[in-house]
Amino acid sequence: MKSIRIFFLLTLILVASSGLFAQGAPKAAGSNLTIGLLMVGPYNDHGWSQANYEGMQYVIAKVPGTKLVYIDKVNPADRPGTTASQLGESLVAQGARFVAFTSDDMTDEAIKFAQAHPEIFVIMTSGDQQWKEGKAYKPLANMINIMGRMEYGKMIAGVAAAMTTKTGQIGYLGPLINDETRRLASSVYLGARYAWVNYLKKDPAQLKFRVTWIGYWFNIPGVTSDPTQVVDEFFNSGCDVVISGIDTTEAVTEASKYHSQGKDVWAIPYDYTKAMDEGKSVSLGVPYFNWGPAYVKAAKDAMAGTWQSHFEWNDPDWKNINNVDTSAVGFKKGVLTVNASQTVDKFVKELAGGLNLWKGPLNLQDGTQYLAAGKAATDLQIWYLPQLLQGMTGQSVSK
Amino acid sequence: MHESRPVRMLFGSGSIVFALLLTSLVLLATGTNPVAAYSNILQGAFGSADVAANVIVSWVPLMLVTSGLLVTFTVGLWNIGIEGQITLGAIFTVWAERELANAGLPPGLVIALAMLAGAAGGALWAMLAGVLKAFGGVNEIFGGLGLNFVATALNLWLIFGPWKRPGIASMSGTLPFDPSLWMPTITPQSRLAIIPVIIALVGIVFVFILLKGSYFGLQLKAVGKNPRAAYILGIPTWQRMMTAFALCGAFAGLAGGVQVTAVYHRLIPSISSGYGYSGLLVAMLANYSAIASVPVALFFAALNVGSIQLPIVLKLDSSLAGVIQGFLVLFVLLGNGIRTRIFGRQDSHGARPARSKRSKSGRQCEGDDHE
Repeated sequence: MKSIRIFFLLTLILVASSGLFAQGAPKAAGSNLTIGLLMVGPYNDHGWSQANYEGMQYVIAKVPGTKLVYIDKVNPADRPGTTASQLGESLVAQGARFVAFTSDDMTDEAIKFAQAHPEIFVIMTSGDQQWKEGKAYKPLANMINIMGRMEYGKMIAGVAAAMTTKTGQIGYLGPLINDETRRLASSVYLGARYAWVNYLKKDPAQLKFRVTWIGYWFNIPGVTSDPTQVVDEFFNSGCDVVISGIDTTEAVTEASKYHSQGKDVWAIPYDYTKAMDEGKSVSLGVPYFNWGPAYVKAAKDAMAGTWQSHFEWNDPDWKNINNVDTSAVGFKKGVLTVNASQTVDKFVKELAGGLNLWKGPLNLQDGTQYLAAGKAATDLQIWYLPQLLQGMTGQSVSK
Repeated sequence: MHESRPVRMLFGSGSIVFALLLTSLVLLATGTNPVAAYSNILQGAFGSADVAANVIVSWVPLMLVTSGLLVTFTVGLWNIGIEGQITLGAIFTVWAERELANAGLPPGLVIALAMLAGAAGGALWAMLAGVLKAFGGVNEIFGGLGLNFVATALNLWLIFGPWKRPGIASMSGTLPFDPSLWMPTITPQSRLAIIPVIIALVGIVFVFILLKGSYFGLQLKAVGKNPRAAYILGIPTWQRMMTAFALCGAFAGLAGGVQVTAVYHRLIPSISSGYGYSGLLVAMLANYSAIASVPVALFFAALNVGSIQLPIVLKLDSSLAGVIQGFLVLFVLLGNGIRTRIFGRQDSHGARPARSKRSKSGRQCEGDDHE
């Protein structure tokens, strides 16, 4: 009788565990892992895609047994007739067991892919689908979301811009309008306003901050606004610092052109640690992503069988925000004046010490209260910022 | 001198060999082994059941578009506006799905009605090019090109405006439809839906019968050969041209509908995927033959899908597929030209546009007669 009970118990455990297994994370990849990487732009764009590409190259260098297969220019204009999930499968056909979709524009296809391939480890970079408290939560055992807290990098960029502008007019070259881009543009504004008021002791009403969206992460002729023309318009209408929120380097290129004509203009590129190379004489600095450490952790989890679906929004390493092995975001300084450079350093120390600019009183662009006096924004409030902030000029919502 | 079948075959195969040779030279110039490139394309197109299914997925809209173009080519029209017609087909399909999604109708019926709406949208847009030609004297090439730009602008406006995702304007397009409104696939994991394949096959058979075995098709050919003579013989020329435009547009609209219901499940900025222009090349390479266009379209689809391996494996740009397609069409046209010079014109290969023989549209012919 006892043996029958044990038999039933074991059967029950087996059935239960097999059910768990079916819904659980993929099996451990073991000592060898081929990583597939899908990038929205060219792998050498000196922007977002290159930052992701080098993040994966860092994995290959740091984690023995890994190798990389990739495809770039995964967007409807460059690869018509294909879908990101189809291209992901092409990488799987090359042996990939770990596939990273690295643009929010791939979200729908990444979900399709993850659902169709539960045996593949999937990263949806910059997404929020695996954030249990998030608005887009869709539990998928094989997917994780990775994002860096670029809000800090953008705030530092704002400080650098405010300390440099002579006209008091700053332009923000925005990509398309969504939660992410609103909060990043607003972070720049918060940093600029903080420097304007606290370091320069000026009236915040005198700081002009204008946002123009081009419609996508990079220029698509005939489809998006031309970022070159947008930057020109900024410089021709009084802005002397343009901060880029797009994935390519038009802001720096145009600033260099104007600079060579003798005009005092500057730019701040985005995304990639070497983005200033396009115009070192005009770049005030660059806030950049350092994907390597987070991707290494994900790859090791996939190999060791410790993978768990989750959302991560990673901080800079406040001991050294430019530490390639530990910091998720960083800021490289460019041609700042001595005073501006020292102020940026001071600001970073203040941030490391707990300074929070996402704190009330703060109003949204239409004047409604966003944060009451003294109240700090939650992660959810920051991630899902519904409008630009009061004091910023530009479209808050796509019309 | 008489042109024999082996001579035609020699010219045909010679064109392919030259196209491959030239592409190989391009590859060698970039330091790539041509054999490796071609074998990767082959592997990428037919290396597994999944990729072969992707080839069929790509073949369906291409075949539909080519079917429509065979009709307009027969009547002597260069329907360059086909890209816009695909786009309008997609827009009408999305519009119908949005309107009917909550109407309480069975999903299958919603999809069917949406596809019909797509066909109607494509046909209407094509007829606009026809109206511009017949009544405005606007050459269909320029009219079509203009309408393509308008269709693209309309599509973008809808995606970034009235149909945008909540609070977000995104190049990734509108919000995907509920999976119940997707064309059913052969297995849950597959991308291949069987209904669009059937539609494409029925479509090309319909066009074959229409052009080869119907009085209507004969009238279209007569208009295509010489609209003025056709008019004198009592064929209503501009009406036939308008019908050809409408038919072609309907096929293009169906292709747009397939892109929405079976491929992307939403409206995206480049929803036509360039299938319109590819369809023009397919029709030319197939020498305007309905039967030949089936394998040629399959070949183009295989190149499109297989070439994805080039950037992945060889770090080559996948636009090489476009280079091969372009060279092939160029050499086939060149071969035809040389053959015609040597052996003289022998119109034994069915319909083809013969624009050099005439300069005015059917409507204008009518006007001429009244003068």
